[in-house]
Amino acid sequence: MSVRVQPKAPSSPQRSHAPTRRSSFFRALRYRESYCAWIFIAPALVGFFTFYLMPAFRALYISLTDWNLLRAPKFIGPANFSKLWHDPNFWDSMKVTFLYVLYNIPIQTVIGLLLAVLLVRLGRSVILRSVILAPYLIANVIVAIIWFWMLDPLLGFGNAVLQWIGIGRIPFFTDQQLALPTIAVVNIWRHMGLTALLFYTGMQAIPKDIYEAAKIEGAGPWRSFFGITLPLIRPTLVFVLVTSIIGSFQVFDTIAVTTLGGPNYSTRTIVWYIYENGFVNFRMGYASALSCALFVCLAIVTLVQMRILRSGQSELG
Amino acid sequence: MNKKQKLNRESNSPFRYSVLFGYAVLAFFAIISLGPIWIAVKTALSDSSTLFSGASSILPQQPTLFNFERVIGLVSPNDPRLLQTSFGKVNFYQALTNSVAFTLLAVVPQISFSAMAAYAFARLRFFGRRLIFFLFLAATMIPSVVLFIPNFILIKDLGWLNTYQGMAAPYALMTPFAVFFLRQMFLSTPTELEESARIDGASYFTIFFRIVLPVHRSAFATLTILAAINAWNEFFWPFLVGRDRSVQVMAVAINSFRAQQAGGTPDWSGLMACTVLGIVPVAVLLVLFGRKVVESLQYTGFR
Repeated sequence: MSVRVQPKAPSSPQRSHAPTRRSSFFRALRYRESYCAWIFIAPALVGFFTFYLMPAFRALYISLTDWNLLRAPKFIGPANFSKLWHDPNFWDSMKVTFLYVLYNIPIQTVIGLLLAVLLVRLGRSVILRSVILAPYLIANVIVAIIWFWMLDPLLGFGNAVLQWIGIGRIPFFTDQQLALPTIAVVNIWRHMGLTALLFYTGMQAIPKDIYEAAKIEGAGPWRSFFGITLPLIRPTLVFVLVTSIIGSFQVFDTIAVTTLGGPNYSTRTIVWYIYENGFVNFRMGYASALSCALFVCLAIVTLVQMRILRSGQSELG
Repeated sequence: MNKKQKLNRESNSPFRYSVLFGYAVLAFFAIISLGPIWIAVKTALSDSSTLFSGASSILPQQPTLFNFERVIGLVSPNDPRLLQTSFGKVNFYQALTNSVAFTLLAVVPQISFSAMAAYAFARLRFFGRRLIFFLFLAATMIPSVVLFIPNFILIKDLGWLNTYQGMAAPYALMTPFAVFFLRQMFLSTPTELEESARIDGASYFTIFFRIVLPVHRSAFATLTILAAINAWNEFFWPFLVGRDRSVQVMAVAINSFRAQQAGGTPDWSGLMACTVLGIVPVAVLLVLFGRKVVESLQYTGFR
């Protein structure tokens, strides 16, 4: 590799930064570590302050106001939060969200583990991994519209197949009972490959001789899965569970394309409810209060999970 | 039966069957993964008059590229084929160019500025480094919808609704993921080269541009691919601030195209042509850089 470094700087430029000449302010700017550091992080810091840090506090402030974007925000204290507490729609949307997470996560995790075990044992090819990862790389909106089309009661391929088998056509997205599980299935399809890959990575780190030893001791494949694999990938398991639960709590795109919160509010998740309040009815204060409640809820769920699953520890040491 | 015999029995016939079964399960999931995508391709290639009769077929009926041509506006509005059915109106060519503009605007500066910040976090000592890095980390805990409300108001106050800069701004200066990813890359490489350059009198800027960037070009390529895929697929934020047809990105266009016809039967063949066009760039990246994409996702769990 040829790296050309200009052999310049006649003065001694090491980590001793004493500027020998007073005129060399700009020189110091280029050579002093801390000055340079600030120049390097300045753009990112501006972005972080403008679009992460300031909005986080502003969201908290907005949640204490009554604001429809037309008039100036009116400070009303914690009124939005007491309204939220007594809002049956909020609790209903939380219930829908919990149900969705409940449909989504266990199946996704089990499929992910199954695929990961099979990938470790049988197929380590990149092509196979690319294939199962493909759905994850497609836009949510596209995934949703493809499934919406496949499950169309009249023309969809899925329903044509169901008809052909003899089950008959099922209106997946317009049935009040089926709409939410259907959306869960769509997102399981999109995420199972990524989940499998993450578990696969975790499993690859387990030394082979542990399995050999277990086999000699007479442990079958099930025994070695539950006795070795699962305990040893616990950090990965926690990471995957935490991130996928946080992700499922915020499901929005699929609903925006397919059911729009219907039929009869059966798919009105918390983020959809926030969207309706904030960007359809322009109740910014209330929407912000709802989003803060979501944040608190996610923080609690994450902490509880970390505690239960003791994330930091792996028997692998 | 002693242990050895048991071991032998296990590694013979039942094992073979379980391997076969394992491959069958893998094949099943591979088909499940690609099947729906193929159905979209099939529909996009089918003549829209065959949608009902060919609903259960796996191959396109009366294959045609007409659907692609009409959604990107290659067909003249007076074309007789457009009159026979009630096709939805969509200018998907515009949406694709908007997506390209949005992706470039969001990703190129994002990677550059995140790289600079990551270099500072990984290599330079300065007051507040740990605190700022901790804040970057903490920010990833905030659900995006919490930030969307104030960010929407900010973009609105700036008069940037329905502009490219309004859509790209929150991604353009940094994303916590890009900073973490690159910092990790920088930390995992030895510093000798950089240190000897320091001794030779190179400034930090020289080191960054002449050494750090070339040495880590593979990491930059990976991150650029991931960030580009993410930007290309982005929906919620562009949907909030860029709904106007002149700026709406691919995902927003598909959503509004489908919402247009909520009453009657949607223009499925047209919609599927749009989805296929929306998948193509990602598919090309996956085919060209499969290993890179798969392995980087595998180790980072980017989402």
